[in-house]
Amino acid sequence: MRRYARSTAILAAGTALALTLAGCGSDSGSGGGTSAGADTSAAAATSHTAAADGTTSSGDTSEAAPGTSTAGGSESSAGTSAPSGGTVTLTISTNGISGGKNAQEADWITNWVIPEFTKAEAAKGVTVQVSYQSSGVDDEKYKAKLALDLKAGSGPDVFSIDGIWVGEFAQAGYIKPLEDVVGADYQSWDGLKQINEAVQGNATFDGKLYGLPTGTDGRVLYYNKKLFQQAGLPADWHPASWDDIFAAADKLKSIDGVTPLQMNAGTAMGEATTMQGILPLLAGTGAQIYTDGKWLGNTQQLRDVLSFYDKAYNTDQVGDPDLQLDAKGRDESFAEFAAGKIGILAESDYFWRSVVNPKDGVAPMKDRNDTVGYTLIPAQKAGAGIRGQDFVSMSGGAVYTLNPNSKNAKASWDLMTFMLSPEAIEARLGDQAQITSRDDVNKTVLANDPMLTFVATKVLPLTAYRPGLAEYPEVSMLLQQATADVVSGTSVDDAAASYQEALEKLVGADKVTSG
Amino acid sequence: MPRTAVATDAAGLGRARAGGFVAPALVLVGLFLVFPALWTIYLGLTDYRLTGLAAAAPKMVGLQNFRDALADRFFLNSLWLTLIYVAGSAIIGQTVLGFALAWMMQKVRPSVRGVVETVVLLAWLLPGSVVSFLWWAMLNRRDGTLNALLDTPGYNWLIQHPMLSIIVFNTWRGTAFSMMLFSAALQAVPPSQLESARMAGANGAQQFRDVVFPHIRGHVLTNTLLISLWTFNDFSPYLLTAGGPNHKSEILPAFIYNRAIGTGELGYGAAISLIMLVINLIIALLYLTLLRTRKVKT
Repeated sequence: MRRYARSTAILAAGTALALTLAGCGSDSGSGGGTSAGADTSAAAATSHTAAADGTTSSGDTSEAAPGTSTAGGSESSAGTSAPSGGTVTLTISTNGISGGKNAQEADWITNWVIPEFTKAEAAKGVTVQVSYQSSGVDDEKYKAKLALDLKAGSGPDVFSIDGIWVGEFAQAGYIKPLEDVVGADYQSWDGLKQINEAVQGNATFDGKLYGLPTGTDGRVLYYNKKLFQQAGLPADWHPASWDDIFAAADKLKSIDGVTPLQMNAGTAMGEATTMQGILPLLAGTGAQIYTDGKWLGNTQQLRDVLSFYDKAYNTDQVGDPDLQLDAKGRDESFAEFAAGKIGILAESDYFWRSVVNPKDGVAPMKDRNDTVGYTLIPAQKAGAGIRGQDFVSMSGGAVYTLNPNSKNAKASWDLMTFMLSPEAIEARLGDQAQITSRDDVNKTVLANDPMLTFVATKVLPLTAYRPGLAEYPEVSMLLQQATADVVSGTSVDDAAASYQEALEKLVGADKVTSG
Repeated sequence: MPRTAVATDAAGLGRARAGGFVAPALVLVGLFLVFPALWTIYLGLTDYRLTGLAAAAPKMVGLQNFRDALADRFFLNSLWLTLIYVAGSAIIGQTVLGFALAWMMQKVRPSVRGVVETVVLLAWLLPGSVVSFLWWAMLNRRDGTLNALLDTPGYNWLIQHPMLSIIVFNTWRGTAFSMMLFSAALQAVPPSQLESARMAGANGAQQFRDVVFPHIRGHVLTNTLLISLWTFNDFSPYLLTAGGPNHKSEILPAFIYNRAIGTGELGYGAAISLIMLVINLIIALLYLTLLRTRKVKT
């Protein structure tokens, strides 16, 4: 009998062990335990994969520092941290890391937001403990990590997302309208009046505000004035049509070792392909990706855009197809531009602020102010752009939002509004300029920088925004695929036809235009 | 009552106690193998997504995911690439190179053998993320070691030859296992038989075919099964090429990751995972059948 009891004990111990292990497993948020799920952490923790990342406005890109992100939420804690002994624990997460991607924002959170907020709360008699979860990975990976964390009911209390993810996150229930998370009180925050409606649109889905936008941006064509001079082109360049761009590119071709034109293409660059390449070109044909309840299919405008790519990368060979296909192509294109090896490059003001910035850019150019020119992106030809415009652009922006599962919703809201107070924004920018979400702050900071003033006064009036719909990110991937096909040699007609087919499958044939 | 059961097994444990001993293992297998597999089947039948409406309320879509997969040019491409990858890096690369190394190491001085084995083993022991970074640095088109060695500046190996790159990478990485297995197997070949063959005038090829191979046939099979299974499921090429350029090295594990996490199509990813699982089972069954026929013969 005693032996029997012993075996029962072993059995019980084994079961307990197994259950403990299982408990840990289900915590990690990597759901179904499929082989794909199990691979997540390995993939997200590496940096040198797809160099994509698009538009999380406050900046992006660059050397993603290795090993900085953990997937599956193993590290996230905030959602579950209960106040102990009167201390409120909060976690902030953005896709930035000191010394790497979005370093400015990361350093600001660590060195300014956390100590200052702690001090301010202490003055009110509240003890808070704020920690910062940094990442330095592609935006798509950051998004997957957040989604998995939030799905598992954990995740940071306050986090940054690209405005374009608001729709899909809201539909999935990962984020909730501010009026539900904070209560109607949110409207009494005085900063709200300073954020104009167009910018609030970035954080709005189905007419409800889900977070607070941090700023916006605009896309222009950058060019290297020194190369232009060398090729006999004017240092003050104003292309008025696509033909003008190609004419300049053809001249630049004569300089040995220079890639005349960098127009982002392919899937490796992710949203950067859509935002910096396809959509501004599309706007230049007078079309938008979503109008009157329908997505743009295989139309003349789409084929015109794909023909632009075909001309740039195949017929005229003024672009470098390898850069578009390389997993780190976008970072390499930045490095090449900084080294004076790229003539013309389409990017947002982020490029000026965080890439070629002589002080802390990821590909700094000491002579930026003298060498780098910028000009409006022309429509296909004068007057052919959306709303009959001669010039076009696209804008986006990041949003701070709250975790609906947070135990400290009120404190999170206080932290988020603190991060968007004029003092906080000024601390973040230092002597740099950026188009912030607040009109009052913009008035003072933009005067510091002619380029940002250019974007605010010349680009924003003619810009366009992406549709805030949950399907958008997937449509965007189909567009990226179509450019990847063209760059690797598929004909424009075939690539457009494959795009149409995939799009119809995605959103339904009745919601796609064609012809 | 346990007394009566004791007599039925050699260890004298009895059914209940024996059950107690295997229970923890069975529970673990159930929780971490059977349950996830069943859960994958379930997910594969839904339109479950990482974000959006289908993340909150997934719908059953029946076999739609599987029908989509069979019509998906990227899936078929991926399946084909996986076959090339397994055949190239596991069956040809690792087996041949592993055997060649084991064969050569028989005749060298122990010191040389120690050094070679350590180096080969190191490739196998280092973490995947580390070696893929090393390879990325080596194949990089700017300042890459390989370009410096071959004097081909600016040549982009990962773009021009993505499949060849990951095949060579995985051969380099995984050869150690085949080498160790084969050197153990070769030691089991009785020297006396080789001696007799030599006395009878058999040349190298004949010795190999008639003396060595019959002894190591089982090992060849085991080795092939194991490495083809884990090469089939290998994710590390993703760290090198991310499946690119333009899906040219998107083997199945990379394809599943790109679709399930990248695009957020968890349901579709689960369906493809299930297809992979079935292919794995087929490979394993094939092997077991081969092994059984071999045993019957001997």
